[in-house]
Amino acid sequence: MHTLITELEKATLRSDVPNFRPGDTLEVHVRVIEGNRSRVQVFKGFVLRRQGSGARETFTVRKISYSVGVERTFPVHSPVIEKITVVTRGDVRRAKLYYMRDLRGKAARIREKREAR
Amino acid sequence: MAKQIKGVLGKKLGMTQVFDADNRMVPVTVVEAGPCVVTRVRTPEKDGYSAVQLGFGQIDPRKVNKPLGDYLRKHEITPRRYFTEIRTDDASEYTLGQELLADTFEAGQFVDVTGKSKGKGFAGVMKRHGFGGLGASHGTQRKHRSPGSIGGCATPGRVFKGLRMAGRMGNVRTTVQSLKVHAVDVEKNLILIKGAVPGANGSLVLIRTAAKKGAAK
Repeated sequence: MHTLITELEKATLRSDVPNFRPGDTLEVHVRVIEGNRSRVQVFKGFVLRRQGSGARETFTVRKISYSVGVERTFPVHSPVIEKITVVTRGDVRRAKLYYMRDLRGKAARIREKREAR
Repeated sequence: MAKQIKGVLGKKLGMTQVFDADNRMVPVTVVEAGPCVVTRVRTPEKDGYSAVQLGFGQIDPRKVNKPLGDYLRKHEITPRRYFTEIRTDDASEYTLGQELLADTFEAGQFVDVTGKSKGKGFAGVMKRHGFGGLGASHGTQRKHRSPGSIGGCATPGRVFKGLRMAGRMGNVRTTVQSLKVHAVDVEKNLILIKGAVPGANGSLVLIRTAAKKGAAK
């Protein structure tokens, strides 16, 4: 990509994005505008994938809501996101966890990462 | 009605996404605008029409031919690689040697962008003209992407001229009309245009005031 575009993108990049990767459980605090009021909604789930780079990078969070799988994709640097908190680190071997969509119940768990020392 | 068309030559740098005021993602094409220089002003008295000629890009002065080179030397303008004329009724307001930059346009304005589209080589009718092709099944044999019939039999006994067929696609001058200027970066001399623009990255584009949209304010 052209260096001038990279420079242009720098303005949109957020510096407060925590380090997270697929398999991690996140709480994404999303600003929701209802009429003229704005409130914060929390979307909690595990990261299914992260794709793209620079200002165009996005990540997808999946959760089970009332036994229905819900996936939501956010731009990493979106101003809509108030904050992202990492709840747990997951121990996974893939970058894209699409296999999780076919798993139900006990099988659909992600092991927590043990800190290597 | 007096048409006041503004224009600037530039280089397409590539595409990216930015967030707008409502936090929505906007796909934009980044164009480095100019610096362009006014190399000639056409007047109805002398040339029979009113226009400004713009020059853009660097070129080795030895490569410029005599007539053009002498003309530019006379007016103390360094030679440019590309030239274009923009038909506008307010050409008399431009002066020779005047520089045009990204601030020719402002955010929210509509523009037409002209460029040379990417060459696609020899393309079939489905890609080139958007034909539907033939069926995937029901006994279609090796003809899935073919155009089908190209005309009658003894009447008219020939294929009509201009019938859309397979052939060379792309690599032609293309204009996309009524694109919105998302933002103008005066410092870096960039124009951010919402949507796609013809041509490969690094190619020459001509940005003009939109012919149709937003002209009558």
